[in-house]
Formats: sequence, C-alpha cells, structure tokens
Amino acid sequence: MAKTMFEKIWEHHIVAEPEGQPALIYIDLHLVHEVTSPQAFEALRLTNRKVRRPDLTISTVDHNLPTDDTRNEEIKDPIARIQVDTLRKNCKDTGVVLYDIDSAAQGIVHVIGPEQGYTQPGMTIVCGDSHTSTHGAFGSLAFGIGTSEVEHVLATQTLRQAKPKTMEIRFNGELKQGVTAKDMILSAIGELGTAGWTGYVVEFTGDAIKKLNMAGRMTVCNMTIEGGARAGLIAPDDTTFDWMRGRNFVPKGDEFDAAVIEWRELATDEDAEYDALLEIDCELLEPHVSWGTNPGQVTGITTRVPSPTDFEDPADVSSAERALEYMGLTGGTQVEDIEIDRVFIGSCTNARIEDLRSASLIVKGRKVASSVRAQIMPGSTLTKMLAEKEGLDQIFKEAGFEWRESGCSMCLGMNPDILVPGERCASTSNRNFEGRQGKGGRTHLVSPEMAAAAAIEGHFVDVRDWETE
Amino acid sequence: MEKFTKLTSIVAPLDRANVDTDQIIPKQFLKRIERTGFGEFAFFDWRYLEDGVPNPDFILNEERYVGANILVGGRNFGSGSSREHAPWALREMGFQSIIATSFADIFRSNCMQNGMLPVILSESEVDTVMARSLRGYGYKVTIDLESQTVTDDQGLNASFDVDPFRKNSLLEGLDDVGITMGLSEEIDLFEEKRTARW
Repeated sequence: MAKTMFEKIWEHHIVAEPEGQPALIYIDLHLVHEVTSPQAFEALRLTNRKVRRPDLTISTVDHNLPTDDTRNEEIKDPIARIQVDTLRKNCKDTGVVLYDIDSAAQGIVHVIGPEQGYTQPGMTIVCGDSHTSTHGAFGSLAFGIGTSEVEHVLATQTLRQAKPKTMEIRFNGELKQGVTAKDMILSAIGELGTAGWTGYVVEFTGDAIKKLNMAGRMTVCNMTIEGGARAGLIAPDDTTFDWMRGRNFVPKGDEFDAAVIEWRELATDEDAEYDALLEIDCELLEPHVSWGTNPGQVTGITTRVPSPTDFEDPADVSSAERALEYMGLTGGTQVEDIEIDRVFIGSCTNARIEDLRSASLIVKGRKVASSVRAQIMPGSTLTKMLAEKEGLDQIFKEAGFEWRESGCSMCLGMNPDILVPGERCASTSNRNFEGRQGKGGRTHLVSPEMAAAAAIEGHFVDVRDWETE
Repeated sequence: MEKFTKLTSIVAPLDRANVDTDQIIPKQFLKRIERTGFGEFAFFDWRYLEDGVPNPDFILNEERYVGANILVGGRNFGSGSSREHAPWALREMGFQSIIATSFADIFRSNCMQNGMLPVILSESEVDTVMARSLRGYGYKVTIDLESQTVTDDQGLNASFDVDPFRKNSLLEGLDDVGITMGLSEEIDLFEEKRTARW
C-alpha cells in the first residue's frame, strides 16, 4: 500500500500497540535543555528510575544564557543559575552528554542538533520544547513534549502517541527575489490561523520547498507548531544529504552512501493520500510582517494593517481589537509606515549561518538608523565562529549592529535580553505573543532580510526593492 | 497522579481565543526547578498591575469567581510553548478542568499528565457555559468523566469525547511511566532489532 513519509516513519517506530491504548513509539533522539528537564530528572530520582538510553540523549544550555560580555561569568540571576547548574548535575549523574557554555557545540538546541549531525532522516526526535518541529526539515518525525513526557522518554525511551492525521501543504511556483522561507511559513499560518493544523502532521511539498536550502527548510518546519501542527516534514533529497555530509555524528564514507540509499526511500509514495491539502502560490507571495499578537496575524509588506471590521468571525474581531490595542496600531496603517525601535536577528527560526549571510548582504555598506538598536544572536557558538571567519561580524558591526553570543535570548527573554514596555521590535523569531519578548514589548515577525532592512531604514520596507552588492 | 472523576464547581470565564502558554505563565517564572510555586504567577501580565496589586479589570480577579475549579475559555486554548508549567500554574490557581471548543495539542496532553481534564464542547455549548458564567453569580457545572458529560441546573446536558486510555488513567490516577514500565520486555525486543538509523 502506498504510504506517506509520516506513515513510514511512524510504523517503523511502533514498539507496541496494546488494546485500547495509544501506540508506544520508540524515540531515536531526545534533546534536553535546562528549562523543561529539571522536574523530569527529579521525578526519576524520586521513583528510583534510571535514564534508559543516555546514549540517545543530548543536552545543552540555551534559554537562560547571557549573550553579552558577562557570558563567562556566573549567571547573575540566582534562579537561572540554579537551573543551569541543575542540568549540569543531572547530566553528570546520568551520563547524558552536555554541550555546556564553553563548548563550540553549544547553541540553541534546534540549531545544534542538525549542525552536529545528530538530526538524521527517518528518526523520531523529541524535546521539551515546541520548536522541536524544526528537525522535520530532514525528514525526521520531530515534536515538542511536556516535562512529564520528558520524564517518560528518559525512563523508557518511548512515548505514547495517538496517531495524528496528515496534511500536505504544497508551495507551488517560484519565490521572487527577497521573498524567503519565513514568508512562506508566515503566509501559510495566516491562511488557516494558529489552530489550523491542530491534530495533523504536515508535510511540506512543491517546487518552492525543493529549491529551499536547509536553513530555509528548517525555518518552515520550525514554525509548523505555530499553525498548531504536531510536526512538520520535508522529504530528504540531495540538498539534505549535501548539507549533512561530513558533520560530526553523520555516518562517514561508505556508510554514508548506504544511509543515503535508505533515506531516499522515506519520501511519500506517489499514490499515497493525505487527509488534507493546502496549496499556496509562491509567485504571488510578498515579504510578510506580523501585525498582531499571534503568528496567524500576518500581512504582506505592501498592504495595510487590517481593521477589526475586516474580519467576520466574532472571535477574530475581538482578537484583532485586543491585538491592535496591545500593538499600539491602528487598522488601515500602511505596514511600511510602522516605525521600529529594536531589531532582533536570532532564535531557532532564523539564526543559522545561511540566515546571517542573507542579512549581511542587506546590511553591507549601510548604517543602522540612529533610532534603532539592532542585535544579532547567532544560533550556536559554532555558527558565531563560522560567521566571524567569513567576516560577517565585521559587516554587522560596521553597520552598527551589536554582535552577541549564542542562545535563545530575546526570542523569549528568559535571559536579560528583553524589550521594555512599548518598544517595537522587528524580530526573526517565531512568536509575537503579548509580552513574549518582555512585558509590554511589541513584536513583529519577519525574515532576516526584512529585519536587516528595517534596521537600516527605521521602519519596515519592501526588501524586494533593495540593491545588494 | 491525582484522580479526576467528577467535579462540581463554579465556572470562571476567560472569553478570549488563542490564550497562549506565554500568557498562562510568562517566561520569567520558568526558572524554577520544582513543579510547584507557579500558581501565584498564572496570567501574571493580565492579573496584576505594575505595583503588583490585582488588576480589577481582569475577570478572574472578580470575587464571584474566587474558588472556581473550572475555567471556560476561547478556542485554541493553550497554544504556543510546550511548557508544562502552564498546567502546573493553572492547577495551583485552582483549576482542575478547562472547557473550550479546542485546545493546542501539547497543552492538552500536559493537562492530562497532571490529573486535569481538558473538555472539548461544541461552540454553542461553550457559548452557553460562557454566557451563564459571565451573567450569573456562583454559576456551577458538573463535569462527570465516567459518563463524559457536562451538566448544570439550567438544562445544559453536553457530552464530550475522551481517549479511553486517558480516561482510565485520569479515573484511576495512573501515570504513564508506570504503565509503560510494564511493557519493558516489548521495549527490550524492539531495541534488539532496532538499527542505528532508519
């Protein structure tokens, strides 16, 4: 029978399907960070249980780390320091590898998994973090879980899961210059809203997906959770294999070639059927900017901020009213007229080397507007080192950007990097929820190119019109 | 895990769609390494004014909803971050069940790992519960997990779906890890035949 990629991976990982219970699925890779794991390790201790497979578990510190020059000092916030120290102790006690603050492999967990070659096609991957969907860009079934499930995976290397439905999201046509993976996923979420894909595993297909580089594919899969989906998937192909080859934990030599032959079999069979389909025409796509307080409230750069009366559903009307009030915006404002105070280029959505290269092309030879504070937090320490080797840091610094250390940083502001009330930020992250980047802070989600251009102009601009060197 | 069987309680209304877990428990409170201590910070930005006093305009601060163990919310409740701190905070605030037309997947699963019952009702049923709790003083419903019903004394008689496995776990107060440890032979067998890669 013809199968989708999801069905192939799912069936390959069923450990047991006891009568009347959800399937028990084996987990190939468990990623751990400091915020959602301490209570899980503690529960194991209290019940006298062990980490079943420390060899399939890796951890790093990312959420709490300072990104400024206090990086190598003790974390000032005592509660954050305890959380980081607790992960260190838990890893030491259980034999789980930890990429700590002084490791080149340290970084945002969803950046380092692929970067180090842990993330591979056909795997099941979980993490106590909703953006685990990122890893689906490699054709692995990857999703976020809560702390009780983290405990379950630590103890049993399995997870109980009801089988989700499948949806194909097909991006037809070709992206225009200046239009990116971020714009593809923002527009797709805008189509059906933040609950539009709840209960589904989404597979992204179509010419525009095939032409994306791996960073772009990761951006797309990263934000599938913002549409409510359980996971996002993209079939692995030569782009995937070329990107993976030579990375630390990827098989080498003949073994790699053998693996590639197997990985190619993962792709959805021609006659396989999905439960739902959404099609998006990339020819018409323009750079997107979020105007509201959830990632479904987005619009094109050439358009105007909507008014509550533009919506029909009463819940959408009241959501828009609340969002506009919080964001300090009036319906009908031209998106290009929105002035910004801050720029954040970072996060597991858009802080990979490819993202930094794209942003640097916009920035090169230009200056950040005097009214704007612009910061770059690379996705990992390795990414930062690579960018410095390529001279990207110089381009950014000469333009007036702050060049910072890696970590989740202002995506969610668990470390000291936050907006102050009323500040408006062009952000390459994934969530524009109220207070996400700091209480009263106003977040507009955009691509790295759009964030860079906004930094220069002090307001949103259509990056398609820009000349780059 | 604590059992969930039958609950009769005042209903507190939160008539907003897409209440995300960043609102339920903001990030500055995620640094604790315990499962407790989150309740007082639930809905922090909405619930308190700058100086830390309760915001009189936030509906859950109204005296008539004090002691409510049931929350009725808008669609897509619990969207966003996977933080289990969100159900921990709600539970400590007193809520053992949430009624909505839809929930985000991870939040829903996290609730049921903590003896809390997310109840999905139809739009008209949620509207009814919302309207009655907004209008009245001391409006109560009864949620019966065994019969999978939500009832009140004004004629509401709604039924809801729940996964039979989850239902049993909640009724009996069983936690997943214990049940899965009983399948360790199956896991051993799987690992024997499992290959390093797909």
